[in-house]
Amino acid sequence: MMKNLFSVIALVASSWVMAAGPAVHLDKAPIDLKDKASLQNGARIFQNYCLGCHQMQYQRYVRTFRDLDIPEDVGMENLMFTGEKVGDHIKNNMATKDAEKWFGAAPPDLTNVARVRGPDWLYTYMRSFYADPSRPFGVNNEVFPMVGMPHVLQELQGTPRKTYETRLVDGESKQVYVGIKADGTGELSAEEYDRTVADLVNYLEYVGEPTKLESRELGVKVMVFLLIFFVLAYLLKKEYWKDVH
Amino acid sequence: MSNAPVDQGRRRFLTIATSVVGGVGAVGAAVPFVASWMPSEKAKQAGASVSADISKLEPGQLIRVEWRGKPVWIVKRPQAMLDELATHEDKLRDPASEIEQQPAYAQNRHRSKKPEIFVAVGICTHLGCSPTYIADDFAAQVEGVTSGFFCPCHGSKFDMAGRVFQSVPAPKNLQIPPYMFTDDNTILIGDDEGTV
Amino acid sequence: MFKNLMSWIEYRLPFMEKMNLHVMQYPAPKNFNFWYFFGSLAMLVLVNQILTGIWLTMNYEPSADGAFASVEYIMRDVDYGWLLRYMHSTGASAFFVVVYLHMLRGMMYGSYQKPRELLWIFGMLIFLVLMAEAFMGYLLPWGQMSFWGAQVIISIFGVIPGIGDDLTLWIRGDYVISGATLNRFFALHVIALPLVLVVLVFLHIMALHEVGSNNPDGIDVKRENDGSVEQTEADKKFTFHQYFTKGGKKIIVDAIPFHPYYTVKDLVGVAGFLLIFAWVIFFLPEGGGYFLEPPNFEAANPLKTPAHIAPVWYFTPFYAILRAVPDQLFGAIFMFLAILALALLPWIDRGSVRSVRYRSALHTANLINFCVSFVALGVLGVLPATGLYTLLAQIFSFTYFGFFILLWFYSKNEKTKPLPVRLT
Repeated sequence: MMKNLFSVIALVASSWVMAAGPAVHLDKAPIDLKDKASLQNGARIFQNYCLGCHQMQYQRYVRTFRDLDIPEDVGMENLMFTGEKVGDHIKNNMATKDAEKWFGAAPPDLTNVARVRGPDWLYTYMRSFYADPSRPFGVNNEVFPMVGMPHVLQELQGTPRKTYETRLVDGESKQVYVGIKADGTGELSAEEYDRTVADLVNYLEYVGEPTKLESRELGVKVMVFLLIFFVLAYLLKKEYWKDVH
Repeated sequence: MSNAPVDQGRRRFLTIATSVVGGVGAVGAAVPFVASWMPSEKAKQAGASVSADISKLEPGQLIRVEWRGKPVWIVKRPQAMLDELATHEDKLRDPASEIEQQPAYAQNRHRSKKPEIFVAVGICTHLGCSPTYIADDFAAQVEGVTSGFFCPCHGSKFDMAGRVFQSVPAPKNLQIPPYMFTDDNTILIGDDEGTV
Repeated sequence: MFKNLMSWIEYRLPFMEKMNLHVMQYPAPKNFNFWYFFGSLAMLVLVNQILTGIWLTMNYEPSADGAFASVEYIMRDVDYGWLLRYMHSTGASAFFVVVYLHMLRGMMYGSYQKPRELLWIFGMLIFLVLMAEAFMGYLLPWGQMSFWGAQVIISIFGVIPGIGDDLTLWIRGDYVISGATLNRFFALHVIALPLVLVVLVFLHIMALHEVGSNNPDGIDVKRENDGSVEQTEADKKFTFHQYFTKGGKKIIVDAIPFHPYYTVKDLVGVAGFLLIFAWVIFFLPEGGGYFLEPPNFEAANPLKTPAHIAPVWYFTPFYAILRAVPDQLFGAIFMFLAILALALLPWIDRGSVRSVRYRSALHTANLINFCVSFVALGVLGVLPATGLYTLLAQIFSFTYFGFFILLWFYSKNEKTKPLPVRLT
């Protein structure tokens, strides 16, 4: 009876997860929260390219510095541009009203964006801009159609274009869409660009939950402790229940 | 039901072992609750060091700076005030500042790094009022002393080095915060190691 | 000296006497199985919720401007604040897991039947208060799901004819969900409802100890002392409080003292539960997006609705029933009836054999039908209400109520198996 119930639950739960899956295909973000160099590069990218419009109003500089092993003086020198204190939150000075005028909607706060969207979405999104002259900023996005955001990393990626190849389909040669390719005018190669985006996403993932690694570490200790306690409690129960059985 | 005799030793051992491990677990579970009462990053930020510009400080003048939500006094003491510190030490509770109310570098007669610049937390060591600075007519409080601090709440008296006089309610000298001179005209209060 | 002090206290407040009555000499049937862990586990989770809840209020700010930021402050700036918050948010889901399993146990072994009807009613009241507690608590983080979930659920009250609109206005205290709503929900969540909950739990346990615990066989351990049943050697080994033997009028068979036997057994349950609980807290705090929903990491925005709003998983079975009915008012009525039907189980079930072990195959099938319907509705409640899903929700709503209707009919003259004389 119990076994049946559990298998039903397991079956239902698996179909449930699948049904809740996203509609657009998302690439898996190759990120690692333990990779400090990647996180530091991600922080650098964020400060230079994102902070102009997007804040991280719940994260403090000092927290980023401490968790990413960035010495405070180095951090202040390289990542703080407008004379804040290290204990300040990572904010910009853009007025919400201006933002709404420029972009149609205020750029969202990015402190928790990795928890709202998931790292895979972010990784795919930042690599899915393509040139579209009909849009105000000249770009559109495959993951987020009609997005109000310009492609701020264009100087790194180059101009991304939807690319078609001529292929033979059912004996006829046709134009087939093969994805987005940059035109080579960017500072980075395609691989380097993907790596840079991954670093940025890694940093966003970290900021979303700065305690994640700490939580995992403590969790292992707690689980080991509880396992010992479980064994002891079980032996104690067996011992006392000799009276009953 | 088994009729085998109960192994009391094993039973006692398991009971004690489970209780001890359970007790350790309870203490461990209490850690986050206890630790969450420590000052948070926000409080640390509010308690971070503050800098004060003393370039316009006149001799005898007192300015107040807020540090960790408390008033910190900075007084530029003229030579006369400094000289006076030696004259009334018999009337003080702790003239040599033996009680740890100051960083090591302020354990001297003038209780400061530079003799003329006095920095102290302006909170009476009795019950936490902020004493009043009396520059000229302190003699009404203590005979023969020209200037000092008088606490209006319960009448505690301190000299110009924040040392407490005898027979007043306050038990200790005024607290001296950690501080440093980042340059000739700037004091950083709350930090004496230059980590920031 | 110590002994004198103890007897001085005992004379004025018979603490040891009460401990004996309710713990040391309380006769618990000896055949409790896995399903009997969930009562004590619910108690454990309640303590966890109260403690972590008190600690969260120390840094939480109940205002529309400050609530979201204060939760982020707890998660980032307060030492171990993230752990306290995850313990509380995971605890909310854990509460419903153990309570649902606890209720299913009661249904399987007929623990609601005479003379335990009042015990069951107290349990249902606890369940109701728990739902109110969870609903109001979910508004407090002031994220997008907090805001829009509350919007949807409060709007349900709007379907009541005549007073609906005024009622929703009164609940919100504003024309939209606002700081006023947040503040009153906060007060109810942290003070009023926990008090009610604790009182109800106390009454639930008092009512339990008065009538005694049921067990997987559904037969009594307290019998008339008229010679129909004899105590065995094993029964005579244990001492039970004289309150339970009613001065020799009753004898107790196949029972064991709650302490130490069930305290040590529950300890195993607690350790096992904590293993799972800690695993979720430390490694899976969002519960796959079902314990903490992704849109709730975005601050509430009254101008922008998330693409897909579903209530938290523990409400979804009832939410699915609400949506399955094409008419708004009747949807709400059926949702209410779904809970009321559970509360009325002691009177819907007209049988006298309690445990599923000795009831008809039809009853077993019907119970499975209930479980499948409930879980299926729960799944459908998180999915969008589109064509096929709506149809499925209607079918499973039908089978959900079918459980109660069928039960009422067959239980009167049910072909049951013979009950054993002693617990197996």
